[in-house]
Amino acid sequence: MRWDEFFVTGDPMIYAADASIVLATIAIVAVLTYFKKWKWLWTEWLTTVDHKKIGIMYILAALLMMFRGGVDGLLMRIQLAAPEMKFLESEHYNQIFTTHGTIMILFMAMPFIFGMINVAMPLQIGARDVAYPWLNALSFWLFFAGAMLFNLSFVIGGSPDAGWTSYTPLASLEHSPGVGQNYYLWGLQLSGIGSLASGINFIVTILRMRAPGMTLSKMPMFTWSVLITSVIIVYAFPILTVALALLTFDRMFGTHFFTVDGGGMPMMWVNLFWMWGHPEVYIVILPAFGIFSEIVSTFSRKRLFGHNAMVISMIAIAGLSFIVWAHHFYTMGAGPGVNSFFSVSTMLIAIPTGVKIFNWLATMYKGRISFTVPMLWTLAFIPNFVVGGVTGVMLAAAPADYQYHNSYFLISHFHYVLIGGVVFGMIAGLYYWWPKLFGFKLNERQGKHGFWWFMIGFNLTFFPQYILGLMGMPRRIYMYTNTDWSALNMASTIGTFMQGVGFLIICYNIYWSIRYAPRTNEADPWNGRTLEWAIPSPAPYYNFSRIPEIKEMDPVWYAKKRGEKVIDGPLEKFHMPSNSGVPVIMGGLFFVFGFGFVFGWFWMAIPAFIGILICMATRSFDYDDGYYVSVDEVKKIEGV
Amino acid sequence: MAAHVDPGYKGPLEYSTEESRMNILGFWIFLGAEFVLFSCLFAMYIILQGSTAGGPTPKELFEFKSMLIQTLLLLTSSFTCGLAIHEMRRGKSKGLAIWLIITLLLGLGFLYMEIEEFLLYVNHEGATWGTSAFLSSFFVLVGTHGAHVTLGSLWMIGIIIQVLQRGLTPRTTRKAFIIGLYWHFLDVMWVFIFTVVYLTGMVV
Repeated sequence: MRWDEFFVTGDPMIYAADASIVLATIAIVAVLTYFKKWKWLWTEWLTTVDHKKIGIMYILAALLMMFRGGVDGLLMRIQLAAPEMKFLESEHYNQIFTTHGTIMILFMAMPFIFGMINVAMPLQIGARDVAYPWLNALSFWLFFAGAMLFNLSFVIGGSPDAGWTSYTPLASLEHSPGVGQNYYLWGLQLSGIGSLASGINFIVTILRMRAPGMTLSKMPMFTWSVLITSVIIVYAFPILTVALALLTFDRMFGTHFFTVDGGGMPMMWVNLFWMWGHPEVYIVILPAFGIFSEIVSTFSRKRLFGHNAMVISMIAIAGLSFIVWAHHFYTMGAGPGVNSFFSVSTMLIAIPTGVKIFNWLATMYKGRISFTVPMLWTLAFIPNFVVGGVTGVMLAAAPADYQYHNSYFLISHFHYVLIGGVVFGMIAGLYYWWPKLFGFKLNERQGKHGFWWFMIGFNLTFFPQYILGLMGMPRRIYMYTNTDWSALNMASTIGTFMQGVGFLIICYNIYWSIRYAPRTNEADPWNGRTLEWAIPSPAPYYNFSRIPEIKEMDPVWYAKKRGEKVIDGPLEKFHMPSNSGVPVIMGGLFFVFGFGFVFGWFWMAIPAFIGILICMATRSFDYDDGYYVSVDEVKKIEGV
Repeated sequence: MAAHVDPGYKGPLEYSTEESRMNILGFWIFLGAEFVLFSCLFAMYIILQGSTAGGPTPKELFEFKSMLIQTLLLLTSSFTCGLAIHEMRRGKSKGLAIWLIITLLLGLGFLYMEIEEFLLYVNHEGATWGTSAFLSSFFVLVGTHGAHVTLGSLWMIGIIIQVLQRGLTPRTTRKAFIIGLYWHFLDVMWVFIFTVVYLTGMVV
C-alpha cells in the first residue's frame, strides 16, 4: 500500500481536518505537560472505576461525537440547500451521510445513554458503585476504541460510504473495495461488545444492589427504564455481533454469507441488521423516557402518574421491539402475509407509547409546574415526539409505505423521534443531574436561549422534510434539479444552522457555568424526590456514607415532608474497589487489533490479540480486594 | 462490594459472598446473550445449508466416525466437569483440580479431532469456507463453537493453577463454578450442532 492510499488526499477539507487533528493533539499534550497533569489524568480519569467519572467521560465523548455528526449534517444540508449545488462530490456526500448516521446512533446516542445511566442509576438505588466496576471501565474503553477507530477512517484509508445500515451487496468487497467498510465493521464490533457488557452490568446492579426496602415496585422510573433497556441490550447486541462478524468474514476471508455468488443471501444481512437495529432504537429511547418521567414528576411537584402502567408499557415496548424488524423493508417483497404481521405488530407499539404520553400529561395536570431548563426540554419532547410517533404509524401501514419508502418523509420521521426523544432527553438529563455531579447548576438563562434556538431550528429543519418526502424527494441523493423543492430545502438548511447555534450556546453554557457559576453545593437544588438528592453535591466518590432504608417510592420527597432524614444512623467503615489500568490498556490493544484487521495487517492484529489475552489472564490472577474507607475520612469529606 | 462471607452462612462456598452471587448471576445473563449469538449462527446455517453452489452437500461431506468421537469426548468432559464441582462441594481441592485437568484433556482431545476433521475437508475434499454458502455457515457455526472451547481451555488452565495455588476459597470456588457453567453451556451447544448439523445433514 502506498502512502497516498493510506492517507486520504485531494480534498482541502480533509487537509484542514488533518491539520486540526495534529494541532489539537499537540495542544492537549502541551497543556497536560505544562500544567503537570499527566499523573492526574492517569490516576483520576484513565484508571478510574468510579461510575460517575466513567459517566462523565461517556457524556464528554457523546458531546464530541455530536459535534462531529452535526458537522456532517451541516455539510449535507449546505449541499442540498439549493438545486444543482456543487459543494460536495457525490462520493464525499455518500461518505458523509454514512458517518453521520453511524456516529449519531452508535457513538453519540449510545454513549449519551450510558453516560446518563452511569451518572444517575447507582445513585437512585442507593448503591456505592455498579456490580462490576472494572468491567464498567472496560466497557467505556471498548466504546472509546471503537469510536476513535471509526473516526480515524476520515483521514486514514477513507470513510465508509454504504449508509449506516451498510446493506449488502453494496457493502460487499466487490462493490465497496476500500477499507472504509472495514472501519465500520470493526468500529461497531468493538463498541458493541462494550455495550453488551454494560447491559449485563446494569441488570445485575439493579437486581442485586438496591438499598434495603426498595422493592421493584418502589424503584424510580429512570432505573426501571435502565433495567428494561439492559435486557434489550443483552438480547439484541449479540445479533449485531454475529452480523458484523459474518460480513467481516465475507469481506476478508472470502466466505459467502451475503454475497450474490456462492449461494449467499444479501437479504439476510438486512434481516440480521434490523433484528438488532429495531431493538436498538428502543434501547436509546427508553432511558430518555425514564429521564422525562423523573423530570416531569420533580418539576410538577407531583408523584408520577401511573407508575405500574409506565412499567408495563415499557415491558410491552421491549417485547414488541423484537417482532417489528421487517417494517424497515416492506418493499423487499416478502408478501402480504409477512407485511401484514409486521404492520400490525408495529402499530401495536403506539398503544404503550400513547399510555406513557398520557401518563406524563396526567402527571402535569394540576401540578405546580416550574419552567426550568430540564422541564422545557421535557415539555418540548411531548408534542415533537407525538409528531414523530404519528408519522411512524403512517409508515407502519405496509401499502402506504411503498410510497413513503426511502423518501424524506421517513428521514423526517426518525429525526423527530430520535432528536425529539433521545437528544431532548439526554440534554434534559444533563441539565437535571449536572448539579449532583459538580455542585452547581448550569446557567438557566443561557440554557433557555440554547433551548429555543435548538427547538425552533429542529422544527424548521425537519418539518419541511415531511412535505418534501410527500412531494417525492428521495433520501440519500446528493443533488436535485427539481426547483419545486428548493424553498423547503432552503428552509431546512436554515433550520440546521439554527440547531448548530443552539448546540454552541449549550456548549458555551457549560463552559461559562464551569468558570463563573456560583458553587452552591446544594444537596437538593431542584426539590427532588429520589435518593440521589439525599447525598451531598458534588456526590462523594463512595456516594452513600450510610445505605438508607427505603419505605416508599420517592423517599426523599416524603422524608422532607415529614421533616425526617433519609440518610441517618451511625457511620461504619465500608469497602470500595481499587482503580485499575488494565481496562484502558485493553482498550488501546483492542484499537490496535481493530486497526490491524481494517488493513488486513495480521502482524499488527495478532500481537495485539495476544496482548488482550495477557490482560485477561492478569485480571483473572489479580486478587486485589479493594480497600476500606474509614469513618474519619467520611467525616472529613462530609464535614460532620 | 461485599467480598466477606456473611456470618452464619451455611450454603455452598461459591455462593458465600455477595460478590460471588452477583458474578454467578451476571454469568448466567451472559450465557443468555451467548444463546442469542449461537441462535443467529444456527439460523444462518439452516437457511444456507441447501446453498451448496455446486460444492459438496452435507451428506457427501460429513465423517460419521470423527463426529462420533468428538461427541463422546465432549459429552464425557461435561460429566467429568460435573464431578469436579461435586468434589469441590465435598471440600476436596485436589479432587477438583484432578477432575478439571481430565476435563481439560478431553476438551483438548475434542479440539484435536475437530481440527483434524476441518483439515480433512479442506485438504482432501477441497471444501473450504469459500466454496459455498453452506460451507461458510458450517465452518463458522462449528468453528465458533470450537473457538469457544479453545478459549474455555485457556481459561480452565488459569483456574486450575489458581485452585492449586490457593486451595478452596470463596473466590477460587466461584471461579471454578463459573467455568463449569461455561463448559456445560458449550456442551449443550454441541448437542444442538450434533442434531442440527450432523444428524440432519447425514439423514436428509
